[in-house]
Formats: sequence, C-alpha cells, structure tokens
Amino acid sequence: MSLQVENLTVYYQTLRGDVQALESATFTVADGEIMGLAGESGCGKTTLAHSLIRLTPPMRFVEGRVELDDEELPVWDMERMNDFRFKKISIIPQYAMNAMNPTRKIGKMTSELLESRKVDFKATLPELKRRLNLVELSHDVLNMYPIELSGGMKQRMVMVLSTLMNPSLLIADEVTSALDVSSQKAVVEMLVGFRDRGFVKSLIVITHDISILYQIADSIMIMYAGQLAEKASTEVIIHAPRHPYTKLLIASLPKVGVKYSEKRLTGIPGSPPLLLDPPIGCRFRERCPVAFEKCLDVPPFIEIEKDHFVACWKEFEKNAQA
Amino acid sequence: MRRYFGRKLLIYILTFFLAVTIDWLIPRFMPGNPVQTMLSRAALRAEAVEVMYGYYTRAFGLDVPIWQQYLNFWNALFHGDLGTSVYMFPQPVTKVIMRAVPYDIFLLLPAILLSWYAGNHFGAFAARTKWLDNTILPVGYILTATPYMWLGILLAWVFGIVLGVFPIAGAYSFALRPHLSWTFIRSVLHHWFLPFASLFLVMFGGWAIGMRNMIIYELEADYSHYLEALGAPRRLVRKYAFRNAILPQITGLALQLGVIAAGALVTEVVFSYPGIGYLILAAIQNQDYFLIQGCFLFIIIGVLLANFAIDIAYVIVDPRTRLGMTGEAA
Repeated sequence: MSLQVENLTVYYQTLRGDVQALESATFTVADGEIMGLAGESGCGKTTLAHSLIRLTPPMRFVEGRVELDDEELPVWDMERMNDFRFKKISIIPQYAMNAMNPTRKIGKMTSELLESRKVDFKATLPELKRRLNLVELSHDVLNMYPIELSGGMKQRMVMVLSTLMNPSLLIADEVTSALDVSSQKAVVEMLVGFRDRGFVKSLIVITHDISILYQIADSIMIMYAGQLAEKASTEVIIHAPRHPYTKLLIASLPKVGVKYSEKRLTGIPGSPPLLLDPPIGCRFRERCPVAFEKCLDVPPFIEIEKDHFVACWKEFEKNAQA
Repeated sequence: MRRYFGRKLLIYILTFFLAVTIDWLIPRFMPGNPVQTMLSRAALRAEAVEVMYGYYTRAFGLDVPIWQQYLNFWNALFHGDLGTSVYMFPQPVTKVIMRAVPYDIFLLLPAILLSWYAGNHFGAFAARTKWLDNTILPVGYILTATPYMWLGILLAWVFGIVLGVFPIAGAYSFALRPHLSWTFIRSVLHHWFLPFASLFLVMFGGWAIGMRNMIIYELEADYSHYLEALGAPRRLVRKYAFRNAILPQITGLALQLGVIAAGALVTEVVFSYPGIGYLILAAIQNQDYFLIQGCFLFIIIGVLLANFAIDIAYVIVDPRTRLGMTGEAA
C-alpha cells in the first residue's frame, strides 16, 4: 500500500468557530494507482490534498493517521514533514501558474531549491533536461524568468520540478482547470506518462471535471461536504455507482447522443450545507431522495464489494438483504 | 534598452525644466522685496537708502523686466552662476551652498543608508517571529510616528542637558575652526552623533514596519507556498520573499536619497547644524531669492538623479522591468 489514510480530520479555524472541512477520511491508494478525487467546490478536496503535504493555519489537525510506504507522515508537524516533502510526497499546486518566484531564473531557483534539500544540482541536471524534453520544453527555460513563459509552459515546468525527486505520491490539484481542452488532454497524458515511467508511484488527481478522470484514473473517490461518499474503480463509479450522491452527480453529466434542447439536463436540487455548523449524520441527507431516519447517524465508509467503498445506510441495507 | 533610457532621459529633462521654472517663480511670489529687507537691517539715512536701493537692485539684476530676469536666470545657470546671496552678501550662492553640502551628506547619507539596511533586515527578521512581532514592532510604530524634531529635542535634552555627554548645537566645537586634525574630527563626530541618532531612529522604525508588512504579504504569495510544499527550509523561503519585498523599499530609498540635498530641515534647526536645511530656513526668512533658488535647485537635481539611479537599479533586480522596456508601457 502506497498511501494509507485513517480517520483524518482537519478543520479550519475561524473567528466564528471551526469549519469542519474534512471529517474522518479513511482510504488507501495502492502502488501505481491513479486516484481521481472529485466533488463540487468546497467539498474538501483541496483541504484533503493540503493536509497531506502542507498543513498550515488556519487549517487545524484534529486527528488521524497517515502512512506512506509504511512510514507514518507527521502531517501535523510543519518542520518534520520537510524530510518527506518533495522526496516522498509532492504536489502540483492549483496555482501552478504563479508557483515560481518572479525574480529568479527558473534554473537558478531549481538549483537553490535542490541544494537546500542537500541534492546535488549538477548531478541532477541531465535528468532534469531529459524530463524537459519529455514535456516538450526547451532547455532554455532554465535561463528564463517565469514571466517569459506562457501559462501552459509554466504548468509543465512545475510538473517537471514537482516530480524531479521521484516521489512516491504526487498530488495534482486542479492541474487542468486553467487550460483549454486540448492542453488539458496533453497535461493529463503527461501525468499518466510520469506514472508509467516510474517518476511517481501513485497519483491523486483532484478535479471537478469527471470526464478528465474517466480518461486517466484507475479509481475515483467522490467527496461531499467534507465526508467521503464513495470510492471504486472508474468503471464502477461511472456505470454502477451506489451512493445516491454519486448517482445524481453522474446523472447530471451530459451524455453523448442526447439532445438537451429536447430534454433538460437534470441537476441535484438544493445546495451543499455550510460546514461551519454541518447537519448531524450523513451530510447529504437533506438533498437525498432515499434518506430515512437511520441517516441521522454518520454512515461509516465501508467496503461493500471488493475495492468498492460506500458511506450510505440504504446501500448497507440492500447489501445485507442480497 | 537605448529606447527605454532615451525616453526616460527626455522625461527627466522636461521635469528639470519645469521644476526649475517653478523654483524661480516661487520666491518672487513672496510679498516684500529682498533689497528692502536687507537695507532695513542697516539703519541708514533716507537719501542713502535711495542710492543704495538703486545700486543693489541693479547689482541683483532686479531692475530689468521680469521676463528678462527669467532669461538671464537660465543664461547664468548654464554658466554655473546661481547669483549672489542677499542674506550673506556678497558671497556667491554656489559658495554658500557648497559649504553646507558636506555637512548634509555626512549627516544624512549614513542615517538613510544605515537605517534602510538595518530597518529592512530587522523588519524581515521580525515578521512572523512571534515574540519580536509582539514586543519590538510596537516600538517601531512609535518610532516612525515620532516627529523628527520631537525626538531630536528629547535626545538633546537627555544626552545634552541631563547627562551632558553630547553637545547640542553646531557641527563642531565653537572653539575650533575647520581644519584637518584629530581634535577637529573628534569634535565633528561628537556633534554629529545626536542629530544622526534622531534621524536614524525615526527612519529605522519606518523601514522596519514597511518591510515587516511586505514580507508577511510575500510569505503568503503562491511561490512561497510552493517552496514550502517542496520542503524548502525557512531560510530559503524567506530569502526569496525578501528579494521580492525589497522592490518597493528601493523606491522608498531613492526618494529619501533624493532629498539629501534638502537636508533635514527640522533636525538641523533643532541642533543648529549648518546643512542645507538650516540654510533654507535662513534664506526664506531673509527673502533671499537667489539662495532659495540655489537650495531648491540642489533638491531638484538630487531627486532626479536618485530616481534615475533607481530606474537603473530596478532593471538589475526586477526582470519584469527589463521585459517591459521593449514595450510601450515603459
């Protein structure tokens, strides 16, 4: 098992109280697995990603345990995490376009970063150049300032930089959001290429664009309002979801061959709850068409079939009957 | 690059022309007449006053029409002649100013540069260091809010009057004449310390506060977060933040350096320090057109030169300016 997360709970501290952005997340990511993490804005995707690598205030670690390659990650300790960052766990941030210091040449910045991590830049340079070739960047970028690159080039440069130390786990946070559709495809294919070449062992790809995940992910995990809803292989999530939220989410995606001028595309009625004072029990309860009294308790995230995890009382009942 | 500096130079020349014109105009808007002020000090008989008045008016070139005076002024300026001081007649203004400038530079250059260096580094260090942020920075706020002369008077009172360790007036002991000897140098340093300290402290507070706020802003920038996410040590993250935060501080430094020529008026008045600031006050009180013009000319040149130097410095430290140089935005 590459990544094992148990009961990870992270809140945001605000003046009005804790925002319960991530509640008892328990899941695993296997070696070589590309896991998609999807859900609507504010459901805790980015909180989950950041709490794995850079948990800073106003985020507050409440409880939980994270293991990467059978080693415990001290996610709550900014200083001790430094030993793992970059080398074992790395991130392509949401803000990749602004991720590089505007007043340093990219090559200089890379060398200073590597030297500060006690890595010999000279020895790494050939590999760096090889990877620049892979993402179709000229070696000249190392002599340029970030402003001299286009958005897409910066994105690719950050991809190369983040994976340079061959981390076990790479988190790609909304890497495609700011790109047009053709660049999106190129970027996600590069990510798969990185995995296939062994630059990274496993990947968590965060997005709200499920169609991207359908192309590249081995498995998809769906989150809702800070809770995990469902995790299964991509095929199962798309074609045979079990959680009512996943069902509605997938149903609300446009399908090929359907004319939406004749048949209106359906959404999910209602809106997600505020996490400052979330409803007790299952947080999807109020919008759920099949909710019943049992849903006032928080449903556990249970493996109902092999590699298929769901947090829904109704599905547990069905499973018990079957 | 050539185009960028060419355009800059044109702007500077235009600014110089306008500023000097205004500089020439302003003293002439003052009510009263410098020659009369000068003569009224010497108690003369009425007919003697008339003769003297005619003589001095001609001597200062105030008898010709105003437009002619303006042209004459530019003409003289290009010959390096700033006129004769009314207040210190018959010394030429250039000589009066040149005597004051070394004291200014000696007082202000170290005060500005040292406070800039120390303030920036201290501010950067204090930012996000809890105990420093909570204890020493309020002191910075108090310092920067302190008027120069108030702190000057306070220092003069404590160290000059109560403790009696530093003199409170003049640039050197009144018992000495300027010459090159250890006694004189020691005296100069001794007199220099209090005005220097009052300037240094106030400016230090300002730089430290500014830098601290800039650094906190930069530490929240995306590139800082990315470095942290890749496990860069605190030292490197801070170094990068500092490099970006220093840019607005450089502009601030330029503006400060530019007014060196103006002296530190109130500080120099408090300590009777014979710099340009002290001179400006005397010139205005005596309606000395030529000395006022001369002093302000120095300020204009100082500000323009400092700005030009900063334009060059920016090109070196901020690559984004270099890119802009080819475009119209420069």
